[in-house]
Amino acid sequence: MKPGKTNSIQQDPWEDLKNFTNARIALGSTGNSIPLDEVLQFRFAHAKAKDAIVSVLDNDKLKSEIQNMGFPVWEVSSKVNDRDEYLKRPDLGRKLNESSQKSLQEAQEAYDIVVVIADGLSANAVNTNILPLLKEIIPKLEGYKIGFVLATMARVALCDPIGTALNAKFVVTCIGERPGLSSPESMGIYTTYAPKLGLTDERRNCISNIHKNGLDSKQATSLLFYLIEQSFAKQISGVDIKIDVKKLLY
Amino acid sequence: MPYKYSIDQKVYSFPDLKSVLAKASPFRTGDALAGLAAESNMERIAAQYALSEIPLKDFLNESVIPYEKDEVTRLILDTHDVNAFQEISGFTVGDLRNWLLTHEVDAQKLQSISRGLTPEMVAAVSKLMRNQDLISIAQKCEVITKFRNTIGKRGHLSVRLQPNHPTDNLQGIAASIVDGLLYGSGDAVIGINPVTDSVDVVGNQLQMMDEIRQRFDIPTQICVLCHLTTSLELLDKAPIDLVFQSIGGTEKTNASFGINISMLQEAYEGALELNRGTVGQNVMYFETGQGSSLSADAHWNVDQQTCEARAYALARQFSPLLVNSVVGFIGPEYLYDGKQITRAGLEDHFCGKLMGLPMGMDVCYTNHAEADQDDMDNLLTLLGVAGCNFIMGVPGSDDVMLNYQSTSFHDALYVRQVLDKKPAPEFEAWLQQTGILDDIGQRRTIEAPHKLLKALQ
Repeated sequence: MKPGKTNSIQQDPWEDLKNFTNARIALGSTGNSIPLDEVLQFRFAHAKAKDAIVSVLDNDKLKSEIQNMGFPVWEVSSKVNDRDEYLKRPDLGRKLNESSQKSLQEAQEAYDIVVVIADGLSANAVNTNILPLLKEIIPKLEGYKIGFVLATMARVALCDPIGTALNAKFVVTCIGERPGLSSPESMGIYTTYAPKLGLTDERRNCISNIHKNGLDSKQATSLLFYLIEQSFAKQISGVDIKIDVKKLLY
Repeated sequence: MPYKYSIDQKVYSFPDLKSVLAKASPFRTGDALAGLAAESNMERIAAQYALSEIPLKDFLNESVIPYEKDEVTRLILDTHDVNAFQEISGFTVGDLRNWLLTHEVDAQKLQSISRGLTPEMVAAVSKLMRNQDLISIAQKCEVITKFRNTIGKRGHLSVRLQPNHPTDNLQGIAASIVDGLLYGSGDAVIGINPVTDSVDVVGNQLQMMDEIRQRFDIPTQICVLCHLTTSLELLDKAPIDLVFQSIGGTEKTNASFGINISMLQEAYEGALELNRGTVGQNVMYFETGQGSSLSADAHWNVDQQTCEARAYALARQFSPLLVNSVVGFIGPEYLYDGKQITRAGLEDHFCGKLMGLPMGMDVCYTNHAEADQDDMDNLLTLLGVAGCNFIMGVPGSDDVMLNYQSTSFHDALYVRQVLDKKPAPEFEAWLQQTGILDDIGQRRTIEAPHKLLKALQ
């Protein structure tokens, strides 16, 4: 017997409608209230989402995997000191701290593509989804000079100072999206051609919803590869590049 | 003009009205992020003292955003009703707070001064209030609006049925609509947030909802919460009951939403012409929320709650059927936790009601805010006591498209029960005829062959 399943529960005789949506319908009721097993399932999903917010990037593993692929990796952090400040001060999450800024500039490098792997609002999402994506996309990018950056306490726009410091033509930012109850491990990708400080979101393209019930790594790779080709051909990114997901994937 | 207040042998000075307003605000992360919040509790209380002594007349002489730079300011000052202001024209902000709480000030009195209040006056007085003041004054207001039913009567609480689907799937949306109706929700509006804001998608959603409404003869209104320009394109092509738009309290905020006052006017006139209401012609639905102006970099160093109240001045020009703040949706950098969300929700409801708006509330939070269902239960109950016109009804509180948590159909039943509130009268009669509620308004056991379950066939 499931917890809380007793005779006091009134089932809803429209469970079959659940075939049409993943919304929480036909929950049944006890009095006017939601039965306990549904209440606990909701709390379970919320607990998972809350834990995802405070999860951290697996830097050691990611670093060694990327180095094994033969690419250089930097580890940087924004000016944010802790998770609480991260949530309150998005402005600080868009700026590199001094030591990070210095280490990137000292590299005196120039890359075609810099891949920024950032924790965002769910490091778990990135820990889970980034390596399968890299295994798909990297073989397609022969001929491009590529560098990697692992960024913590990062907002999307942290890619601008990173890209600038590494003289990147193009930055791919893979970042944890705000966890939903049904998608606590969703990764997003933002692409920016010619990154510079102060760019706004309409200058970037976005691929959202990369998780086990959303886009898989093959689909995300198709979209990302399309954006890379388009950006390098047109030397732009953002609203002037249209991405027709349905046409590209289905 | 500059204001000063001395307290504990220290002089606190404030360069202008907007800085007094910002520093007098109860703490919230958004004002701190904007660099506008009081820097200490002492500075905040000094600002509150200073604010309490400012004559309401000062608000007519000093606009927080320049008249020549902002069309919302122009609207506020150009439509200020001097006659309605007469009775309170000698008050300070502090006097206004005390007067509003007196027994003599009833619903009728509040209505008679409403157009004499600017949003900045209303925001100001709210900043001096405790939560219980915000509740007890709002509770005196009665703002009734009508389209196919009557919303906002004392003792009633309506629900927007929010049947969103992550891929705009029509059957998925219909499934949530049926679920909500069978739980007694949907009298404020059946309103979808579309994933794709296109004429085709929105048109199909309107058509589907209108078919359900007509087939089951439901005395309610439908709406797709698309951009106003999409609604304008669809006015003569699809069944549009209400025109929706997100609005903010500054011209620049509205520009970031892609709208201005003349576009709102055009949409308002267009929707009125359709003449689809049966018991009334309130044809607009607005959403607002503290923090939108800061988020759009359009706040002119005005605190987020004052910006929010200014949005209500814009809303009231168009006699909306529904206005709600989406209070906890914006995230923790604006409203950090349950305490801040609760305070903001009560402020928004109070300010809207005092300005004569049919205020509802999306009692909600995101997963990165420090809040949970318990906080929502608290705010929902407080707003029920305050006489909130409507709340959201989302299946199991979980919006699977927008990825945030709001109130559920069950929550609406709860608050109606504990506070003895009824649905809109026309809708309640329909719920009883349809066998969803019994004669005393309790929800019945729904048996399998209920006719609404055929909606998807």
